[in-house]
Parts: sequence; structure tokens; C-alpha cells
Amino acid sequence: MADIRNTFVGIKSPNPFWLASAPPTDKAYNVERAFKAGWGGVVWKTLGEEGPPVVNVNGPRYGAIWGADRRLLGLNNIELITDRDLYKNLTEIKQVKKNWPDRAMIVSIMVPCEEESWKAILPLVEATEADGIELNFGCPHGMSERGMGAAVGQVPEYIEMVVRWCKQYSRMPVITKLTPNIADIRKPARAAKHGGTDAVSLINTINSITSVNLDTFSPEPSIDGRGSHGGYCGPAVKPIALSMVSEIARDPDTYGLPISGIGGVTTWRDAAEFLALGAGNVQVCTAAMTYGFKIVEEMISGLSNWMDSKGHRTLDDFAGRAVRNVTDWQYLNLNYISKARIDQDLCIKCGRCHIACEDTSHQAIMKEKDGRRHFEVMDDECVGCNLCVNVCPVDDCITMETLPVGAIDERTGRIVNGQYANWTTHPNNPARKEVIEPAE
Amino acid sequence: MAEARLQEGIAPARLDPADYAKNFSDLHPPFDRHEALVESDRCYFCYDAPCMNACPTSIDIPLFIREISTGNPEGAAATIFSQNILGGMCARVCPTEQLCEEACVREEAEGKPVKIGLLQRYATDIAMDRNLQFFTRRESSGKHIAVVGAGPAGLACAHRLALHGHRVTIYDGRSKPGGLNEYGIASYKSVDGFAQAEVDYVTAIGGINIEQGKLLGQDFSLAALADSYDAVFLGIGLGGVNALRAEGEDAPGVDNAVDFIAELRQATDLSKLPVGRRVVVIGGGMTAVDAAVQSKLLGAEEVTLVYRRGKAQMNASEFEQDLAAAKGVTIRHWLAPKRVIVQFGTVTGIELSYMQLRDGTLTATDATTVIACDQVFKAIGQTLASDGEGVELAGGKIAVDREGRTSNPKVWAGGDCATGGDDLTVTAVAEGRDAAESINRMLIGL
Repeated sequence: MADIRNTFVGIKSPNPFWLASAPPTDKAYNVERAFKAGWGGVVWKTLGEEGPPVVNVNGPRYGAIWGADRRLLGLNNIELITDRDLYKNLTEIKQVKKNWPDRAMIVSIMVPCEEESWKAILPLVEATEADGIELNFGCPHGMSERGMGAAVGQVPEYIEMVVRWCKQYSRMPVITKLTPNIADIRKPARAAKHGGTDAVSLINTINSITSVNLDTFSPEPSIDGRGSHGGYCGPAVKPIALSMVSEIARDPDTYGLPISGIGGVTTWRDAAEFLALGAGNVQVCTAAMTYGFKIVEEMISGLSNWMDSKGHRTLDDFAGRAVRNVTDWQYLNLNYISKARIDQDLCIKCGRCHIACEDTSHQAIMKEKDGRRHFEVMDDECVGCNLCVNVCPVDDCITMETLPVGAIDERTGRIVNGQYANWTTHPNNPARKEVIEPAE
Repeated sequence: MAEARLQEGIAPARLDPADYAKNFSDLHPPFDRHEALVESDRCYFCYDAPCMNACPTSIDIPLFIREISTGNPEGAAATIFSQNILGGMCARVCPTEQLCEEACVREEAEGKPVKIGLLQRYATDIAMDRNLQFFTRRESSGKHIAVVGAGPAGLACAHRLALHGHRVTIYDGRSKPGGLNEYGIASYKSVDGFAQAEVDYVTAIGGINIEQGKLLGQDFSLAALADSYDAVFLGIGLGGVNALRAEGEDAPGVDNAVDFIAELRQATDLSKLPVGRRVVVIGGGMTAVDAAVQSKLLGAEEVTLVYRRGKAQMNASEFEQDLAAAKGVTIRHWLAPKRVIVQFGTVTGIELSYMQLRDGTLTATDATTVIACDQVFKAIGQTLASDGEGVELAGGKIAVDREGRTSNPKVWAGGDCATGGDDLTVTAVAEGRDAAESINRMLIGL
């Protein structure tokens, strides 16, 4: 049985599944339920400074996009940080941590970008005996208009400065949460590292308008006929998050910096992918908001069973294993050739592979054979693009087959030579080099 | 319990009054919006979709389902009606399990096809409830076409001719239009006067006049029509009924299934409709199943459907056979009527011969059995009631080519009365529509 206990910047939790700072972690009632359900840790919903709390809108806070059968694919929100009294939150945090000593309790913080503000709140949080803090530099809506959240996260110098204050005035581990609403995610990650952060967490939500109401012409979610961009999350953002996590994981400047992976984690598989791409644990929100806290049971059992099937005894056994395989396009092996294969026993003859290839790609899938409806790849046209695999509704019906060394690529007539060759030395590359550069 | 439940002979009021409404309610309740959206999401939007190719009217099924799924049921209805103006009735009566839904790739994938018929009904009901008309007549052509028969073929033909700007007069022998849609379909397949509502919807395009109670060969001749109109379309169906050719079949209590079905559809009070305590239906098609199931629903205690060949040869679809079984009808195969047993002037049973295939030929064996009954319905096929009035026949039907042209250059035919295609509502619609296109090409000199 695999051991899925997790240690992240010295913080221990029984599994790598934390709930992200968000509505599910706003108060003791929810967090108690989450811990009962089995979550390894929580990042308490962001605390603001002492004084009258922020107020939220009193209309819709969420917008969404859906896939087939109204499966929620993406959610956005315009909710702000906690709108409850600071001391009420602190009291509850302390009590819940006391009740659940084996679970990770992280407190998210967002106060104005002034030294005194941070200096004031850090001891209050420390007094709760929470395990660490997360700096919310990501929230893209509302708070950013007041110079906080993403407004800080978009200026690396500010990040570095605030992280430094936190390390100076607190003994707690500091996790810096990054906004994806930026051109190059490596810059804020480097700044956080220079400031002395213990870890980064990403991604926070993405600026978004989920839809426009075509009756009222208001963006959704609509507050009295108007909308504001909200923070986008859920399964739809996972690919963006994975890419950003991998960028930080493989950047020489931040290599080895612990990463808490966030963004569309919905199943154990998503979590395993984040861990493989360099995350030390994952944070979940939308999946819990969609299905409730019970999903963690599937995540725990799925991850554990997969690890058993692969012989991974601990999370460290596969942590970061995919990072080395992320490279630049120019280093991809141009001598690697694959062709699509359609399993005729699994094929249900919907023809989507054919029309996708015929209309939009390479005209490489026949639709008829011996006068009968039949879909088969023509190797002399197939460029191995994988589109047919992606549009096929049947799992594993179309797969990509690697041509073995010695085989002839019927499209080009060339023999597969098995040697690595990339763009850096390709004859068509005007800036080609004499000696091939290997991928890192 | 209703008093007459166990009464011998053919008697009305076998059920409690409330049971009639329950028994004859919609066989498949329509989808509500949520059900339609969930089901429409199951469609894969196949390329050159097998469902579409399996539809005799070639409705673009993936397109209309996609239109439903995107909240555009009006667009879905337009897609359906552009190929099949009787898409509403076809959504109710098509044997979808043998047509579009059998071809659905999800039938192959999971044994659970997309419920195309119910989705089609969802879209067409929305459009018809709001009387959304999607077609505008072209400028008047000055041509006038006679259509004989206001059934599915005639209505589809008339609508398409009207669309092309021609004037149409429909002659129909019954008191109400609709043909088999009005008189020949089990009540639970078309409730709430849908057939008449559909006639109104189809004829709302304008330029179509229907004259009821005008029967070909009785009130007018084909020759006279051909003389006074620019073209004639015959959609007269099959008005005759095959005989059992069994002793005693003229006895009271031996009835035509089609008459029973028509009577039932027209009845305003089902409790007044008599049915036998024990009923035997002879036949293996949809009409036999409709008569058998409805006998049961009217309160017959025992209903036996008797077919002279095996299960696989029955024309009734698998779904229809299962429906009959589920309603309590006993289906017996390889039995053919030999003699209706009549005592004191009423039917008391039917003697049946066991049948077998000998060298590929169906033959009666010497063995027989008797089923006690007080009513026998004949449902062994219908025949053309007309001699064709000069147009050539083939195999007992009006001979037509692929466009519906008969041997008379001014006369077209389609639907059950004509050769080609199965005897289905949807096939009749396709043939009527295509004949209209052929007539139009002839009239405008294409």
C-alpha cells in the first residue's frame, strides 16, 4: 500500500490534498467538515487587516461554462477575501488546528502593501499555531483595484519586498501565491525566491468573463445589469496551471523551489500530474465546490492505487519525474514519427475522425472501404497530428503508434533512422548550428 | 371492478372509467426541456450520420439535435420540417428502433441509442404549439394539382407543391383528413387530436384546399381529374383488407383490425366501445399489434396474437412485439387460421393449423389447435381498393418509378398504394414530397 503522506516546506499532512483558500475554507464549520471528509490540509480563506471587514456583492458571485450534460468545466467568481471579522477567523483557526493537529493549517493573508500592515497581522496569525501562511498576491478582482492581490503579484519588486517582511516578522513558513495574469510566470516566482519565500503556490484565478447575457447584454455573473471580470478556475484552467508550474519547476533560477500546485485539480489523476510536473502538493477548490468534500476519497484511493500499480512507495518516488521531459520546441525530436491507428473493434463509426481530418487537417482518414462505412488511417497522408485521437468519443479507439527504427514513413518515403535530430541543426533552419544541441 | 369485466362475448365497459384514460395516454410521454437537453448532449454529431441515412426522409438529425442542445429548438424544427413536414407525427409513430435509432452509433457503442424520436417530438411540438411556420409559398404558378387522399403521402405532396407556388385540391374519402394518421394509428401513439392539428399546421402554408367525403372511383374518376388538373397525385393508401380464407370468417365477431383501430381512434367514449373477453388477432404486422394491444387496453381478459410464421419474420418491430408482450398479449407463432368456430351465431373459438416450412414453402401440417375466443380480428394485410383506373399495377400496387411517376404521364402516386418502400408513415411522406418535386419539375419544364 502506497504511503501518500506529504511534507511540504516542513508542514506535514496525511495526504497531498489541501483545500485552497476560497469559500470552502472561510469558517470553522466548513473546514471541520473538510477534515472529517479526509482532506490533508486547508489554506484558510484570505484574512485582511483588522477593522471593518470587506463587503461582498449581494447578487451572483459565480459564473460558469459547461460541457456536455452540463458538467461544470470552468467557474469564475467575484467574491473578495473573507468578509468576516479578523478575530473571529483567528479564534476559529486556532480551535480547528487544535482539533485536527495532524492536518495542515495554512492561513492566507492579504493586507495593504505597507510594512506596518504586515508587521501587525503576522503575530496575530502566528498566535493561532497555524502551520504556515500563504500570501495572496493573486486575487484578480476587487482587491486588486485597492492595490492588493494581483496588483502586487504583477509587480515582482513588490512581491520580493512583502515576502521579505513576512520572513522578517514571522517564523512561519511562507508560501507565495502567484497570479497567472502576467506574461512570464517565472518573474514573480524568482522575485518571491529572492525575497526568501519557502514556496510558491499557483495558479490563482484568471481574469475572465464567463458569458454575456444576450437578453440584457450584461456580462455574467451580473449584478444589477453589470458585470466585472472575475477569477476563472476549474478543469478548464488545468492546462494553463500545469504549464506555469512546469515553467517554474524547470527554471534554473527557481529550480528546487517548492511549489503547491493549484488549478483545476478534479481527480487523483490531475493531482498526480501536478506532482509529476514538480508540485510538492496540490490545492483543490472548484471540484469541491462542484461535488462537495467527499471527492477527496476518490483522490486518495485513486492516487494510492496508481502508485501501487507503478511501484511508487512514496510521493517522492515520482515527484518531479515529468519536469525533465518539459523542453523547448526546438529540442523536440524531428526524427520521431507516429501514425494514428484506429481499432476497428472499438470503432463505432461516428466518422468524426474522418471529418476532422478531411475538413481541417490532412485528408488522411478514409471513410469507406469495399462500399462500406469504414474509417482507416492512410499512412501516406497521416502526419501523426493526434487530432483524430482527440475528437474520437471512444477511449483508446484511436491511438498513436510510433514507427519503429527501420520502418518507412509512407508519407515522406524516408526510413526511420532512430537518431535524435532537432530544429537546431535542421537544414531548413536559417540559424542552424553545426553540432546538435541536446534537450536539457 | 367494472361489472362487464368478465362478461362473455363482445361487450363494452369492461374497465373502470378511470382506467380508460390511463390505458390510452401517451405511450412515450414527451421530453421536458431538461430531458431534451440531457439527451441532446449524447449525440456525437457524426459525419455523414448513419441515423440520417437510415431516415426515409433524410432529416439532418445531428444538426437538429445540435440545435436543440444549443437552445434553438425552433431551428431544430425548421431543420426537421424542411425534409419532413409531418415530422411531428413521424416523431410519434416511426419505428425508430428499426430506422434512425437502430443506426445510431451509440446503439453500437452502448446498446443505447440517442432517443432521436423523442428529441424530434420535442422540437416539433414547440414549433407546432406556437404555430411557427417556416415556409413561404413562392409566387403563384397558375398550376392546379389534384391530390387524392389526405394521408401522409397526400399531405406531404400537397405541402411541397404549395411551397412551389402551385394550387392544390385534395380529395379525401373519409369525413376527416389525415388518412392513417387519423384512422390507422393506435390511440396511445397520437393523443389529443394531434393528427388534425398537424393537418392544420401543414395546410397553413396556404394554397391547399381539402374536400372531404370524395372517394376515387365513386365520386369522381381518375380520367376526369387528369383532364381537369395539371397533374394528379394518388395517395390513396390500401383501402381493402385481405381475407383469412378460413371457414366461418363471415360470422359476426370476425372483424377487420383496421376498422377496430379506426373506430377506437374516433370514439369519444371508450367505455362504449365493445371488445371480446377473449380476443384472437391474426397477423404479424404493426396493425396486428395495435389491435391486440388496444383490445387488451380496452379490457379484454385474454388476447392472443397469432402469426403463421416465426418471430423473426414478423413485420412488427422488436419494440412493438415487446410492447405487446408487456401489455399482456400472448404471441403465438407458426399457426394459421383454419376455421372460425361459430355456435349459435357467435364466435366461440378459432381452429388453427400448425405451420411449417417445407423446402422453403410455408405449409400447414395436419396438427391443429383451438383457441377459445369471442372475437377475431383480421390483420393479415391490406390491398389496393382501386383497380388503378387505367394506371399500371405491379404486385397489387400502383407501379411507380423512383420519382413516383405512374404509367400515365399526368399521374403520380406514393405512400402505401404505390410500389417502392416500406408501408410506413415516414416512407409515405418521403414519396409524397419527392413526387411533388417531380411534378414541379414537369410543370415548370425543367
